[in-house]
Amino acid sequence: MPETLTATREITMGEAVREALAEEMRRDPRVFVLGEDVAEAGTAFKVLNGLVNEFGPERVLDTPISEAGFTGIAVGAAMTGMRPVVDIMFGDFIGLTMDQMVNQAAKVHYMSGGKWKVPMVMRTTLGATRRSAAQHSQSLHAWFCHIPGLKVVLPSTPYDAKGLMKSAIRDENPVVFFEDKMMFRLKGPVPADEYTIPLGVADIKREGDDVTIVATSSMVQVALGAAAMLEEYGISAEVIDPRTLWPLDEKTLIESAKKTSRVIVVDEGYGRYGATAELASVIAEGAFFDLEAPVKRIGAMHVPIPFSPPLEDATVPTEKAVFEAARVLLGKN
Amino acid sequence: MSTATFPTQTDAAAESERSLRMYRRMVMIRRFEEHVNDLYTRALMPGLAHLYIGEEAVAVGVCEALRPDDYITSTHRGHGHCVAKGAALDRMFAELLGKEAGYCKGKGGSMHIADPATGNLGANAIVAGSAGIATGAALAAKRLGNGRVCVCFFGEGALGQGVLYEVMNMAALWKLPVVYLCENNLYNEYTHYSDTTAGDILTRATGFGLRAESVDGQDVRAVYAMAQQLVDRAREGAGPSFLMANTYRFLGHHVGDVSRDYYRSKQEEQNWKGERDPIQVLREWVVSQGFPAANLDEIQEEVRSEMEKAVAFAIAAPYPPVNQVDQDVYA
Repeated sequence: MPETLTATREITMGEAVREALAEEMRRDPRVFVLGEDVAEAGTAFKVLNGLVNEFGPERVLDTPISEAGFTGIAVGAAMTGMRPVVDIMFGDFIGLTMDQMVNQAAKVHYMSGGKWKVPMVMRTTLGATRRSAAQHSQSLHAWFCHIPGLKVVLPSTPYDAKGLMKSAIRDENPVVFFEDKMMFRLKGPVPADEYTIPLGVADIKREGDDVTIVATSSMVQVALGAAAMLEEYGISAEVIDPRTLWPLDEKTLIESAKKTSRVIVVDEGYGRYGATAELASVIAEGAFFDLEAPVKRIGAMHVPIPFSPPLEDATVPTEKAVFEAARVLLGKN
Repeated sequence: MSTATFPTQTDAAAESERSLRMYRRMVMIRRFEEHVNDLYTRALMPGLAHLYIGEEAVAVGVCEALRPDDYITSTHRGHGHCVAKGAALDRMFAELLGKEAGYCKGKGGSMHIADPATGNLGANAIVAGSAGIATGAALAAKRLGNGRVCVCFFGEGALGQGVLYEVMNMAALWKLPVVYLCENNLYNEYTHYSDTTAGDILTRATGFGLRAESVDGQDVRAVYAMAQQLVDRAREGAGPSFLMANTYRFLGHHVGDVSRDYYRSKQEEQNWKGERDPIQVLREWVVSQGFPAANLDEIQEEVRSEMEKAVAFAIAAPYPPVNQVDQDVYA
């Protein structure tokens, strides 16, 4: 964080997202929010509390429970002069929006030879351990990463959430913005002054020399916890958060891999064909001759997310799992 | 809006001018599609070709009721909508042949022609795929106060898609200036719509509080008159409507669909072509009004020559350089 920004407060991730939206809505009258229970209810997670009071029900627009329909409406509104922010309450519901996102939003610019643009944001959530079972707990961001034409953002701190959201809203393309529903109350320093964070720039959350842990969203805190545990064992871990999975800051990942020669990639999405697979490949291709070991991937267990707490907890990567993996990589287990 | 006054000389002149303009547009679409058929069967056109022949009166009558800056969304069977909204023929053909001079630089092709200059938000190859886009454009028009209306063209096959009902519900809730234009050509690809569509179609729309009408889709004057009413009321803020134009696809689902006996009879096709050809229907009316048939023939001739030039342009136009393949993915 730039040291010149003095007026820094501690606010939550949810507050950071709300501030970003409010600032952008003040700055640009074309920006509006639509989704289920976004107005008076402030969303199921209360992230948008109060927004309707300032901007009114037309710019904080409650919709029917019609994810495909209102996502499609956002695509059309974006093409014709508005800048919609679509709220999809649970990331699991993106299945309902897939045609609108994949066949419409992502392709309109290309199919029209660059003539139409779709400057929209889809806000949605990821993350398990809320005891919400299989249809309210998944981390499905990899689905969108697969599609050319979309950008995918995964903030891990209040600071990142605010700066990235502002950039996402100003972007000329459809951007999917995943927020970890377990982190809405996480507090962190956020400057009072205006700032943005460009999409496509990774952030080194902790510097280290012995092993690189690349972590996304909810897994950044896990990685930092593991790094603290490793430190006690004399292992210096570097934690890198790509912050956006597309565009992807390959250079920062590869440079860190070359420096430490050992890499763990951890993401709360499913490991199989998941974000970790792509990140590991990028690192393996870019730093192969500097690596001492294959890149280790850690993702969610390949099962539908179960309800029962001990079962659910077993599906999500933990600090301990990352810690153990690092020790194995370093031959210090 | 209709008025209680009797038609004046000026009204009559305007109507005959409009009829000739619509005649020309319908002939343009017919000739365009005949050329597409020819290009396709000569293997000059790659991909798929879904012809609009027989349905010309729908696109032409509806677009006659629109302002140049009004929006449309189109379908896989969309050449007629694009031409009716004012697309240039040479750039249309160029797009169909995958050439750089095409509307989408060759990246869209027959099923994705889009053109901001004529308010064409794009043809869509997902059935009902543009229902959301059209409704969103209407939402933006209302918010921006620019007075624009959006017409969402779709075939009766789209009645099977849930997203259509989601957006009709929202359009009604928010009184959006959108007209859902159902072109009922009787066939969902190779299946008669009665095998796929339960109940009464119009009540699906009235159930959401939309005004719903149906019209003879082979009579361009009737289509225009009804579309004008619905477009006017949308523009005035009275909200969305649903218009079912009853029409007929004279040819197959696509150019390759030539053996159609298993889903419809030759006699049925002959009846429509012989008695309900929209160009012939208008021609007969125009002639009955005392307009010389020779002038209509002149229009046919003009269109023919215009079309040949456009085809020649497209055939001669270069393909896009391969290095354009990864351009326009992101804005």
